[in-house]
Amino acid sequence: MKEYAFYPGCSSQKGDSADNFLRSIDVVCKKLDIKLNEIPDWNCCGASIAYGEGGELPRLALGARNLALTEEKLPGQDMVSVCPACWLANRETVERLHQQPQLHTDVNLALAEAGLNYKGTAKPRHFIEVLVEDIGWESMKAPVVKSLEGIKIAGYVGCQTNRPFGMMGESFENPVYLDNMINMVGAEAVPYDQKVTCCGGALAFSEPDKAQKQIRDIVESAYDHGAEMIVTPCQLCQANVEVYQSEINKKQGTQFNMPVVYYTQLMSVAYGGSAKDAGLDGQVIKAAKLESIAMK
Amino acid sequence: MTTNTTAAYQNSFLREVEAHVEEGAWVKMCMQCGVCAGSCPFGPHWEHSPQKIFMMIRAGKREEVLRSDSMWMCTSCYNCLVRCPRKLPITHIMHGLAHYAHRLGLAPKGQPTRESARLFWNNCIKHGRINELKFTLALYFKDGLAQGIKNALAMQGIGLAMLKAKRLNPFAIFGGHQCKDKSGIQKIVAKARELEAKRQEQAA
Amino acid sequence: MADNKFAAYICAGCGIGDTLDIAALEKIAQKECKMAAVKSHPFLCNQEGVQIIKNDIANEGVTHLCIAACSRRAKTEAFAFADACVSRANLREGVLWVVAAGAEHDEVRQEMAEDYLRMGCAEVKKMKQPAGNPDKAINRTILVVGGGMTGMTAAIEAAEAGYAVLIVEKSAALGGFARQLWKRVPFAAPYAEAQPTGADELAARVSGHARIKLHLNSTLAETAGAPGRFQVKIAQESGSVTEVVVGAIIQATGFSAYDINKLPQLGGGQANVVDQAGLESLARNAALAGGVIKRADGKEVNRVVFVQCAGQRDASGQHLSYCSGHCCATSIKQATYFKDANPLVDTVVIYQDLRVPGMGEDFYRSAQDKGVVFTKGTVSKVSGGGSCSVTFKDLILDEEATLVADLVVLATGQVPNAGTDMELWNQVSTDADNGDEAAKTRQQELRAASVLKLAYRQGPDMPQFKHGFADSHFICFPYETRRTGIYAAGPTRRPMDLDQAMTDATGAALKAIQAVENAAAGRAAHPRVGDLSYPIVRLEGCTQCKRCTVECPFGAIDEDERRFPQFNEQRCRRCGTCMGACPVRVISFENYSCDTVGMQIKAVNIPDEFEEKPRILILACENDAYPALDMAGLQRLTYSAYVRAIPIRCLGSVNTVWITDALSSGYDGVMMMGCKKGDDYQCHFVKGSEMAYYRLSKIEDTMKQMSLEPERVQSHEIAITDNARVARLIDDYVAQIKEIGLSPMKGFG
Repeated sequence: MKEYAFYPGCSSQKGDSADNFLRSIDVVCKKLDIKLNEIPDWNCCGASIAYGEGGELPRLALGARNLALTEEKLPGQDMVSVCPACWLANRETVERLHQQPQLHTDVNLALAEAGLNYKGTAKPRHFIEVLVEDIGWESMKAPVVKSLEGIKIAGYVGCQTNRPFGMMGESFENPVYLDNMINMVGAEAVPYDQKVTCCGGALAFSEPDKAQKQIRDIVESAYDHGAEMIVTPCQLCQANVEVYQSEINKKQGTQFNMPVVYYTQLMSVAYGGSAKDAGLDGQVIKAAKLESIAMK
Repeated sequence: MTTNTTAAYQNSFLREVEAHVEEGAWVKMCMQCGVCAGSCPFGPHWEHSPQKIFMMIRAGKREEVLRSDSMWMCTSCYNCLVRCPRKLPITHIMHGLAHYAHRLGLAPKGQPTRESARLFWNNCIKHGRINELKFTLALYFKDGLAQGIKNALAMQGIGLAMLKAKRLNPFAIFGGHQCKDKSGIQKIVAKARELEAKRQEQAA
Repeated sequence: MADNKFAAYICAGCGIGDTLDIAALEKIAQKECKMAAVKSHPFLCNQEGVQIIKNDIANEGVTHLCIAACSRRAKTEAFAFADACVSRANLREGVLWVVAAGAEHDEVRQEMAEDYLRMGCAEVKKMKQPAGNPDKAINRTILVVGGGMTGMTAAIEAAEAGYAVLIVEKSAALGGFARQLWKRVPFAAPYAEAQPTGADELAARVSGHARIKLHLNSTLAETAGAPGRFQVKIAQESGSVTEVVVGAIIQATGFSAYDINKLPQLGGGQANVVDQAGLESLARNAALAGGVIKRADGKEVNRVVFVQCAGQRDASGQHLSYCSGHCCATSIKQATYFKDANPLVDTVVIYQDLRVPGMGEDFYRSAQDKGVVFTKGTVSKVSGGGSCSVTFKDLILDEEATLVADLVVLATGQVPNAGTDMELWNQVSTDADNGDEAAKTRQQELRAASVLKLAYRQGPDMPQFKHGFADSHFICFPYETRRTGIYAAGPTRRPMDLDQAMTDATGAALKAIQAVENAAAGRAAHPRVGDLSYPIVRLEGCTQCKRCTVECPFGAIDEDERRFPQFNEQRCRRCGTCMGACPVRVISFENYSCDTVGMQIKAVNIPDEFEEKPRILILACENDAYPALDMAGLQRLTYSAYVRAIPIRCLGSVNTVWITDALSSGYDGVMMMGCKKGDDYQCHFVKGSEMAYYRLSKIEDTMKQMSLEPERVQSHEIAITDNARVARLIDDYVAQIKEIGLSPMKGFG
């Protein structure tokens, strides 16, 4: 069994916008013998929007609290996130504090207010890195019992899973690990031109029209290239691209109805999990094809 | 327009940015290639590209820069950052400029992303974790009750769909997920703010 | 000399024997070509095959051999026989690899191979073993004109390689422009800080070098002769003249700064507006005084603006139209003079495009890091005085702005010191020859202003390019000039910075060394390095038409007192342009002549018109076009089997008699393939291909007399990479010829 410190992030909590994501991750972890130990009393990473009010040091201190907790409570375990924004914030904190010792000193002065200290040993990683680097493609494929053959899927990597850190040294312009995962479960990854386009991110709330133009481009391109479904590793991408399709239909007369699921949901179904295990009941746009395979 | 001021193209505002803005020391390293401008998903929507903002800083246009709403158009997609041939952390500089302008009170009033960033942070510090329902409602009602109801009604279809998918918990209004050591978090943040102010004073 | 014995060796390797009828080829070599010995071998280039040939040369008295195998460009070492004349029939790249596969092509394929064999045998019969130029020129001293950084570097490099060097410098000291500099742009890692110029140290090394002799305050009064035997008169300022003999010459005469007074709109001539040299002088004064840089009026500088491209890259035609290449890095360096002394000094560089070649980008970054502000803009007006102002349009911010400054530096360009414009010289000379007295005076002035004062028929300096830069084969062989054994280096041949100039000097020193060594051995210089053949003229047939002297791209041919051409073999590059020019065909090389090619043309079997098999002659330049044809074969691109290709030294060597002979003997078309001509020529001999086009324009009358369509002669510019194109051109042309119809001249030849 492989054990990791787990940083779930706000949206993956029960009853929150990515509730279903976490359920499918549970299935994947069970099948691949991964144990995720939730970091006790973890806090919000601040996400990318924290800069506005939070500024630099308070934001970094917020991130360092989680790193410090990991070091203290789950020593020696890599700190795994499933949310790209969380992962990015954690990595950015590590990187910045490493590069600028003055900031590291100041952050520890702040953490001391709550009796904490960040040493610089915690190692933030993304769940996909755990799957590819620690488990490996062979072992990841081994539990597949149901092929998702016949489903054409647009792998939508989006931004923060991909930039600025990226994964496994893959290209920023055309990363292929998500396509490989799609193909691994027997589905077909269709090539299309919006794989790493921004969905508008947090600005989907504050600048809805501008963000919805991005979302429209993404969904439209997926349709144009024959996809029946979009798959993504990102909670915000999933929510934005799925949930706003109805808005876009209403405002612009399109007829979008493209399911948007997580890669772990594909894996759950392929591993033999039920539709509920895979969190497919959490779809705003039903992933009917996936559900029918899950029910077989 | 002629900027016939003696401050034009002097280093004064550049030095201010270097002292006060996150990653501001990188501004002088821009070589004005424009790759950032061509890489931004919100390119059609801002008035000044990052490239232009950096040149304006070097040209000493303090007011125009800090009052610009361009930095607030950043979706944090990091496309500019990974593509910059000079390896400037453009995304962070834009965030830093936005924050600095916000702190000085020069950022555009009522700028929606500025508002949403403020609400998000406050929500996050208060509970230790984001309460999605409260954040969403706060966002709808930021412009007053009447506008809030209108916003909420406009989005009710989405809200109901999320509710149905069990991805929006109506009971979160009564508390929802939160950290145990909320006061510790607030103390950490307060101390960090204090230190940051002190360091910037030293740098300036 | 013993009798000639001719032999043919046919290789059956590389699949030649599987596809072609070797026995039939042997028969042709014996019966038709009357070769005394004919042998075939399954693998001719292997040790055994080569040994057979060697034995025949040593024991059987074979003096001339035709090797029918692969292209003359392949297996050159295996098939090099010092004691015999060798021709190559190209059966592999020229036939096997380019004729479409399949039995339906067997006949034309075999015909093509047979013709190439006939051509190879015919060629070798007309070849002689080159004996080398008996008139060897053995002086190995290298003369360097100009004692700046370029000249000193060339001198040191040549001297360290063991050659005696003379430096002629017109001023009283070595060091040139570099001595005016306070520091130079960094030339070593990490390329972040300006570095000392090293001019004084280099000058001391040069002055103290045992193999270098200096002539200061001196210029050249006359240069005559050729590589290995240049006779040079060196005139001292005092008037005394020293005569020396040298083997090669390096012209490193540098540049002058564009006159800032020609830029009044940019404040040129006004107080506190200086050019880059002016700023260097302020910086040197400051360093001597041990303080910060001050203006001429003694005021400290708190704000300085650099205006790039001042009077350069000018589209109006008033100023320099080109970019001088070094000025961006120079301004960066000068801005750091201020920033290093006091970071609070504001320095703004207004550029059009910041161009920093080499490792300049690192230096640019270093200056940005120091707070130098760079902006892209167009400066419309500068005023000098106590408080200067610079008005410009900021092209990033898209707005007009005016900066005040204590000092403005204009980055003006480099003007080459290349001596006399040869085109002007030619005009003036023509007028002078026609008795124009004013022109005669002007001619004397131009000669006096020249650098080299060459006593060549073609004028006193090497040819110049647009903007007056000294000659250079700038696309392919930048060090080469059209005056053999004379090499231009540094900013006299193109704008460049100090680092490039010093590298350039090293290259020029090597070229000069090659030139003296080749001259001493009686061999050709670039590009036919080592060629022992040289033009031999049968003066008794010469009509003194002067075409050879005029058309020689290298000025190798003077006229003697009887107005006959006088060949200076050491200046000759062996392109054969003189041979192509000669209407009475009295110029030839021992192994390349009107006959060696003419007999190949005649050797081809022309089918009668009823066979409907056209024959097309290709005269292909051996430098680019023939390799392109070979490479088409290497890539197995197919083209028509109706063509017969003959490699030639240069299109310039094509004598029109070959074309008229071909047409009158029944060829249906002629394709001439040579290098790109014009201002951006790629011709290895600079003007050879241009000459060929010019001559071709004259051939049309002849064709009309023969009632032949003008389409029957075509010319193409072929680059070495054009392998696919060349195959397509051939097939298109064959189709076109079929459309026009076969030649009416068949059967008359």
